[in-house]
Amino acid sequence: MAIDAEQVRRIAHLARIGLAADEADRYIGDLESILTMVERMHGVTTAGVAPLAHPIDVGQPLRPDRVTETDQRDAYQADAPAVANGFYLVPRVVE
Amino acid sequence: MSQWETVIGLEVHVQLATASKIFSGAPNRFGAEPNRQASAVDLGLPGVLPVLNEAVVHMAIRFGLAVDAEIAPVTQFARKNYFYPDLPKGYQISQLDHPIVGRGHLDIIVAGKDGDTVKTVGITRAHLEEDAGKSIHDQVPGLTAVDLNRAGTPLLEIVSEPDLRSSAEAVAYLRELHAIIRDLGISDGNMNEGSMRCDANVSIRPRGEEKLGTRTEIKNLNSFRYLEKAIEFEVERQQEILEAGGRIKQETRLYDSERNETRSMRSKEEAEDYRYFPDPDLLPVTITPAQIEAVRAAMPELPRARRERFVQQYGLSTYDSRMVASDHGTAAYFEACVAVAGDAKLTANWVMGELASVLNREEKEIGAAPVSPEALGTLISRILDDTISSKIAKTVFEIMVTEGGGADAIIEARGLRQMSDSGELERLVDSVVADNPDQVAQYRAGKTKLLGYFVGQIMKATGGKANPGQLNELLRARLDGDT
Repeated sequence: MAIDAEQVRRIAHLARIGLAADEADRYIGDLESILTMVERMHGVTTAGVAPLAHPIDVGQPLRPDRVTETDQRDAYQADAPAVANGFYLVPRVVE
Repeated sequence: MSQWETVIGLEVHVQLATASKIFSGAPNRFGAEPNRQASAVDLGLPGVLPVLNEAVVHMAIRFGLAVDAEIAPVTQFARKNYFYPDLPKGYQISQLDHPIVGRGHLDIIVAGKDGDTVKTVGITRAHLEEDAGKSIHDQVPGLTAVDLNRAGTPLLEIVSEPDLRSSAEAVAYLRELHAIIRDLGISDGNMNEGSMRCDANVSIRPRGEEKLGTRTEIKNLNSFRYLEKAIEFEVERQQEILEAGGRIKQETRLYDSERNETRSMRSKEEAEDYRYFPDPDLLPVTITPAQIEAVRAAMPELPRARRERFVQQYGLSTYDSRMVASDHGTAAYFEACVAVAGDAKLTANWVMGELASVLNREEKEIGAAPVSPEALGTLISRILDDTISSKIAKTVFEIMVTEGGGADAIIEARGLRQMSDSGELERLVDSVVADNPDQVAQYRAGKTKLLGYFVGQIMKATGGKANPGQLNELLRARLDGDT
């Protein structure tokens, strides 16, 4: 399956990965080989095989509805780049 | 009839009333100081794993059973990927392919000119997901402040089919959902605090056309009134565009309640692409028939069944029953009140009338009513046993609201007991007849409407305390007699 540099840039943008100008072309080959492998898997007969959501064959353990966490704000915020009045601060996301 | 038909589908987010969050043991409470309820899991710190809260699974099953929906035997969580500061993991844990609640339906009551009609609205699905945090843009100049207390709050997103045909139907649907989630005890339904909020997908098409028109999505409507207003504005806006030969752009819009209009949200450079995939941190959740039956056995009475019961048990009209039985709190109040008062119709009138207007005036929920149902029941029983008239009862009720105290104490302390002593009333009738010879002559000449004049005179003289039924009878006997 062929993909182009524009698609690579779009995927990189969705994942917020910065690409240098020449990197998009380089990744075309890598991504194409991944897609080729997936295409090969399409050839396997899967009739009668239930879709697998998870490789571990056990059910999800559930947690009783109880509060078990204590307030650790100060410890968490000690590692944050910027905080004020208990808030985490980030670059402004709306103009 | 307009040549256009409105088509609406709603997506309703309900915050589930659990003690802890959906994937962490942090408390799920509204109103804490910023970030005091955000644990390592909610912050998306490296190395943490989500563990599903069993209460949210039970709550979703409860909801599914209430709308006759299929409950998925295996349900699965997926990652919905997008970047925003209040979503620290870079993805929201949600459900896509295997939602916990499948297709169901909900009957709503649509009030019309010719009485109420029942309409069945399809429910496409309901799925579990975590809420994001909150971004505040005016807290610190030039920066965005992030509060992650809400991150990880359990949400049930309920998606309807595009079966609603007017803003009134949309409101009726949301009201019924609201009543159900409160009865089920799965959410407090407090719309002011965002416990229930709604997105409306709105389109119009020429009447008779089968194909749906292009829709717009109005985001984050947090009151019944805003839902109604936003849809009405949006329908009119779309009509104007189409009638002018234009085309509707599929987009997300925001409702501005101050200006009563919807506005286009800045359209993103790229179409939304959430790249959903199954969350490898969470295994598929198996729900057994035994689990479903256990939840079913503990289902409470729901609004529709309660409305029917109120008609049967109390002899209420379907209208009265809809008014007092739909909401959990109102129904509980009514039942406690009628147990003391005895007369269901009169009790319903008081709950819908005087009580509702006081709650409205004081902006209180019925659970915080200033007069207890038992106290109101006693007051009503004093009307029924002729201690006071309905009119005086309103005065007593107002005193109960503003100053407190029970009906009997207020009636005694203020001397409001109805005058039913026929000797006393007869004397008053005699004197009013003697004092108004002209009116008596006119009455006897056929102007019988003047009866009200005589009643008024005596009510004035007694401060409204004369028993009205008895007074009417005495007056008629006196005036219609020979002398």
